[in-house]
Amino acid sequence: MARKITYQQAINEALDQEMSRDQNVIVMGEDVAGGEGSPGEQDAWGGVLGVTRGLYHKHPGRVIDTPISESGYVGAAIGAACVGMRPVAELMFVDFLGVCFDQIFNQAAKFRYMFGGKSETPVVIRAMYGAGFRAAAQHSQCLYNIFTHIPGLKVVVPSNPYDAKGLLIQSIRDNDPVIFLEHKALYTMEGDVPEESYAIPFGEAAVVREGHDVTIVAIGRMVQKAQEAAAELQKQGIHCEIIDPRTTSPLDTDTILESVEKTGRLVVVDESHPRCSMASDIAGLAAERVFGSLKAPIRQVTGFHSPVPFSDTLEELYIPSAAKIIAAVQSTKEYK
Amino acid sequence: MSEIHAITMPKWGLSMQEGKVNGWLKQVGDAIEKGQEIVEVESEKIAGAVEAAVSGVLRRQAASEEDVLPVGGLLGIIADASVTDADIDAFVADFLANFKPVEGDAEDQGPTTQKIEVNGHKLRYLKRGEGGEAMLLIHGFGGDLNNWLFNHEALAADREVYALDLPGHGESTKDVGEGTLDALADTVAAFMDAVGVESAHLVGHSMGGAVSLTVATRHPAKVRSLSLIGSAGLGEEINTGYIDGFVSSASRNALKPFLADLFADSSLVTRQLVDDLLKYKRLEGVGAALGTLSSKLFANGRQNSVMAESLNKLGKPVLVIWGEEDRIIPVAHAHAVSGKVQVEVFGNRGHMVQMEAANDVNRAIARFIG
Amino acid sequence: MTKTLTREDLLKAYRTMRTIREFEERLHTDFATGEIPGFVHLYAGEEASATGVCMNLTADDHIASTHRGHGHCIAKGVDPVGMMAEIWGKKTGTCKGKGGSMHIADLSVGMLGANGIVGGGGPLVCGTALAAKLRNQPFVSVCFFGDGASNQGTIFEAMNLASVWNLPVIFLAENNGYAEATSSKFSVACDNIADRASAFGMPGITVDGFDFFAVYEAAGAAIDRARKGGGPSLVEVKLSRYYGHFEGDQQTYRAPGEVQAIRDTKDCLLQFARRVTSSGEITQAELDAIDADVKALIDGSVVKAKSDPKPTEADLLTDVYVSY
Ligand SMILES: Cc1ncc(C[n+]2csc(CCOP(=O)(O)OP(=O)(O)O)c2C)c(N)n1
Ligand SMILES: [Mg+2]
Repeated sequence: MARKITYQQAINEALDQEMSRDQNVIVMGEDVAGGEGSPGEQDAWGGVLGVTRGLYHKHPGRVIDTPISESGYVGAAIGAACVGMRPVAELMFVDFLGVCFDQIFNQAAKFRYMFGGKSETPVVIRAMYGAGFRAAAQHSQCLYNIFTHIPGLKVVVPSNPYDAKGLLIQSIRDNDPVIFLEHKALYTMEGDVPEESYAIPFGEAAVVREGHDVTIVAIGRMVQKAQEAAAELQKQGIHCEIIDPRTTSPLDTDTILESVEKTGRLVVVDESHPRCSMASDIAGLAAERVFGSLKAPIRQVTGFHSPVPFSDTLEELYIPSAAKIIAAVQSTKEYK
Repeated sequence: MSEIHAITMPKWGLSMQEGKVNGWLKQVGDAIEKGQEIVEVESEKIAGAVEAAVSGVLRRQAASEEDVLPVGGLLGIIADASVTDADIDAFVADFLANFKPVEGDAEDQGPTTQKIEVNGHKLRYLKRGEGGEAMLLIHGFGGDLNNWLFNHEALAADREVYALDLPGHGESTKDVGEGTLDALADTVAAFMDAVGVESAHLVGHSMGGAVSLTVATRHPAKVRSLSLIGSAGLGEEINTGYIDGFVSSASRNALKPFLADLFADSSLVTRQLVDDLLKYKRLEGVGAALGTLSSKLFANGRQNSVMAESLNKLGKPVLVIWGEEDRIIPVAHAHAVSGKVQVEVFGNRGHMVQMEAANDVNRAIARFIG
Repeated sequence: MTKTLTREDLLKAYRTMRTIREFEERLHTDFATGEIPGFVHLYAGEEASATGVCMNLTADDHIASTHRGHGHCIAKGVDPVGMMAEIWGKKTGTCKGKGGSMHIADLSVGMLGANGIVGGGGPLVCGTALAAKLRNQPFVSVCFFGDGASNQGTIFEAMNLASVWNLPVIFLAENNGYAEATSSKFSVACDNIADRASAFGMPGITVDGFDFFAVYEAAGAAIDRARKGGGPSLVEVKLSRYYGHFEGDQQTYRAPGEVQAIRDTKDCLLQFARRVTSSGEITQAELDAIDADVKALIDGSVVKAKSDPKPTEADLLTDVYVSY
């Protein structure tokens, strides 16, 4: 594929193409355009990091800046979805989930079930997540596990530009509420992305690398770290298979478990806190379902049971590194 | 032969930077004939075998199974039995000391694909080689120019060779219009005009063979010769189970079993191949394009356009190549052609014979064209 | 009644405002070098607000601050040297380098914390005020929040709660005209944030935030009332931020020359100096001496912050709990 664009551009393009395709698609959030009511430029920001920039002028009236009222506008997006709109509400940092969680988990997530299957809530909530920017404890969390815990929500964590575009398009077309999470550190990542529109189905993991010694399941940005580790381990003669679930709900357990059955060893890499995490969830699944294939204890490489620290020395220690993944993989190989 | 010959990691396709050793087919000490397959190698796109460029004895396996080497990296050594171990050691040491893998993005180095407007639609193509009588490679249903990964460079040794993505395929427009062979053939003819090729040797695979035949019928002046590989258009039978499965499968697990039908050796269906095809099939417009084409060309479980009769009336040299184990279009079609047509059938190979027996196919075409 | 300002008070007010200004200007310069981690939201231009309010408070009173919190911290008595080290991510920082610019807190001086969550402080001050009330202590609590934050549900809930519980809380809205790139003319549905007070059964007032004396008076009256059991008030201070939402913000949403015009004519330090020197209460030489003092203090804080040690692995998992 010839054209390379960034993760950020891939997201912008997905929104643009879907807004062109379907008038029901609207984008809303704080400064998703920027400049509302002010004397200077309109569309001054296009989101804090410029991800939605340009959409405001291309799709007049459908890129909607909001006051800082997350409970209000996220709830409004959900309400609009109930009557057939396809809103994409941006929560900026996923940490702000704290101020609007009720609308998401008690409202959007439960409607279909509570109403006996009579409703559809095709809303998308976009947010960035993850550590590495010295943004400290309230702007650096990985909360996909919290959403994954809630039945009724679908949760998407793309690890590269190609997936970001295809999964966002699928998120918008999907008829259930979708939480779409973007790692800040991936925005500048470049990759091959077709110009055409395309949708990647949910619940289909990507096998990023094939190998027969150890299965590494990595989430979001951790896919990159796992690739770094696998390249190094390859030199030591250890062949890793890397699986990127792409969506944590639904989770492609078949692909994960088949791989573990093949390799007999599992390392799960998850940037979030270790307790009740994707890492512990996937480790639990493997322990329960393919225990007989395991040749070594499952290892989890995660952040710590602490808030994300500010100072760079601490934050770098906090984030799972390739070195830690390498050590974990080696320990499963050496286990007798 | 007294020289020492290095077997190195081949470069299959533009993006290949490294390859993995899948296994040795010859052991140290085995006598090797030029052209024999010695070691199986896999890029992220495809698995294949490396052939010996010279005859001799396999003296070293410098890489073992599962090793990953950069393109150009040392796989093994072929030399006469008379060459001393010391000389071989020295050769290997020297090779390793001087070997530098090509750094950076491989796509920056080789030729890159281009896009051109033809009748208001974008077509992607890749041109390799210069001068000589031009050649045009036309892929089959659901394929793209990468189907010629193992052929393009070899065929372009002494001529310019174009490979294009037909409408509905690869990175070309997804608008197939009527979806008829006539429409596709006219697009190919217009493409030749656009790139300034007056006439060319057409090499068509599968549906691309039928397209080539149609070009020869509708635009005879544009065609110097036809090489038809596992070609459509030469009989009624076709595995429409494959066609329908290919069109309808949306996930890896659904698609993979159908792809196995493409090769005699189904282990050649790598995960990357499946993933690449899924990426293609997901693109907006592809589903509709494939649907239109299959309904126009292969409705009711049969090929709707059989041109075997006209083969001899074209007045063009024709080469027909087939894999004996073809599970998409039966090899019987090759045996049935009559007249002045040259036929080459390769045993143990399937529908993607130009990949499975790349060297044989390349040689056959080169011989045919002369 | 608000107490009249002595010469010492005036000198202190000036020193506080100058310290905030110098601190922020220095961060503005240093941030551009790329050495300062993360992002910082500067308070430059808004000094009269924090200072005018906090001059009415004691260490036993509490304030809750925002992401733009450096000024509130300094005005409430947090040590600028520790703050600078915190912002540079050092172990010697106010929060051991674990919180950074957006989370500077010092409970020992009644500073409940800057806050990364817009509107996060409102409910918290209801709690500190409730404690004071239940304990029969004459302490008040102030929640600083922006025009943007004024639209947050937490703020509305907190205002209603403070009113129904008759709490000693001052809701101090700093209306600098923008929330990020969004104008308060768009985001705030009424003309003034203070207009919302009546909906919650409390008095509301709008004052000129460039005028230290106006803020001091208005906040003083509200604080006085709260201390005496009169309940909450909403004070809206209209002012301007001199820099972007955060450092690096291109600010294309602002009118050209918008900030320069304010700096030239309305600047709180300029106005303050003019007033106290023309009245003869303070000499220019005294102000100049404070300027020099403050500059030395901030210079020193930066030198120290740069050379202080960073936290180490041993610090990573401490302070998560009191005990576990
Ligand atoms: C709950 C929440 N939503 C959004 C943000 C992102 N954010 C940080 S500051 C800010 C603007 C705040 O504007 P305002 O309250 O007017 O304060 P100012 O920056 O003008 O001082 C926004 C939207 C946040 N930190 N927390
Ligand atoms: Mg503001």
